[in-house]
Amino acid sequence: MPLNRALLGKEYPPVRYEVGREKLREFAESVGETDPIYHDEEAARAAGHPDIPAVPTFPIVLTRRVGQKVYDDPELGLDYSRVVHGEQEFSYHRPIFAGDRLLAAGRVVAVEVKGRHELLAVETRVITETGEPVCSAVVTLIARGTAQPPAGDGTSGAPA
Amino acid sequence: MSPRREVAQVAPGDALPPVHHEIQRPDLVKYAGASGDFNPIHWNEKFAKEVGLPDVIAHGMFTMAEAIRVVTDWAGDPGAVVEYGVRFTKPVVVPNDDEGATIEVSGKVAVKLDDNTVRVDLVAMSAGQKVLGMSRAVVRLA
Repeated sequence: MPLNRALLGKEYPPVRYEVGREKLREFAESVGETDPIYHDEEAARAAGHPDIPAVPTFPIVLTRRVGQKVYDDPELGLDYSRVVHGEQEFSYHRPIFAGDRLLAAGRVVAVEVKGRHELLAVETRVITETGEPVCSAVVTLIARGTAQPPAGDGTSGAPA
Repeated sequence: MSPRREVAQVAPGDALPPVHHEIQRPDLVKYAGASGDFNPIHWNEKFAKEVGLPDVIAHGMFTMAEAIRVVTDWAGDPGAVVEYGVRFTKPVVVPNDDEGATIEVSGKVAVKLDDNTVRVDLVAMSAGQKVLGMSRAVVRLA
């Protein structure tokens, strides 16, 4: 079943996220980052940071939660079992730090057909609760085989 | 992590020290827990094969996290990354054995931009295949 193009531009209410040191340490360790700057607040401050910084891909924890609200939107018509992660981009005003209280809001920025497949892109903007910009991300998902077949080719419209 | 790298010290064409990561199944479980991504293609072999994969595959975001370490180690500062983007071209297959998979990441300074920033182009390979495409970071140096 194809994606609902009418959702292009739809904005979703923000998700709140409180950044804790233990979560940043856990995430850093899970990607093999043992540098003290990501684990020890003294090392982080000695490097000029207010507290432990997150590793650069950490915003995915927030963007995944934001994305889930989009993917679960019944109006979108997304079959998650057909989805693969196509592309991921981040742009940063500053790192995420332990102690940050963040708001992350999603917006559908692309709904396109690519042959038999469809592409869905969701942008997330992350700010602090006081309105300071932190980072933004765009996730591009490929939904395999969900595109509407061309009219008049005799098929029923069910995915191949 | 090296001391903060200065922009005056770098030139287009400079190679960043490459890194080599070994991944086994338990690493994917740990990453699933830390990231909240419990998609069964990253831990459930039966499910992965049912949806047409050769075996369990690593999270694309796991590979993306490994790849940026080439840049942050070289720049000497996690806060130096201004932009980072990748395309996921091939999956990293992680068999359920003692060897698992390896990811090799290399990078090169592509161009110097304004405001002490440089663009680095990255290449990430696993089992002889390019697993990340269009993989680039913009970093602000000292």
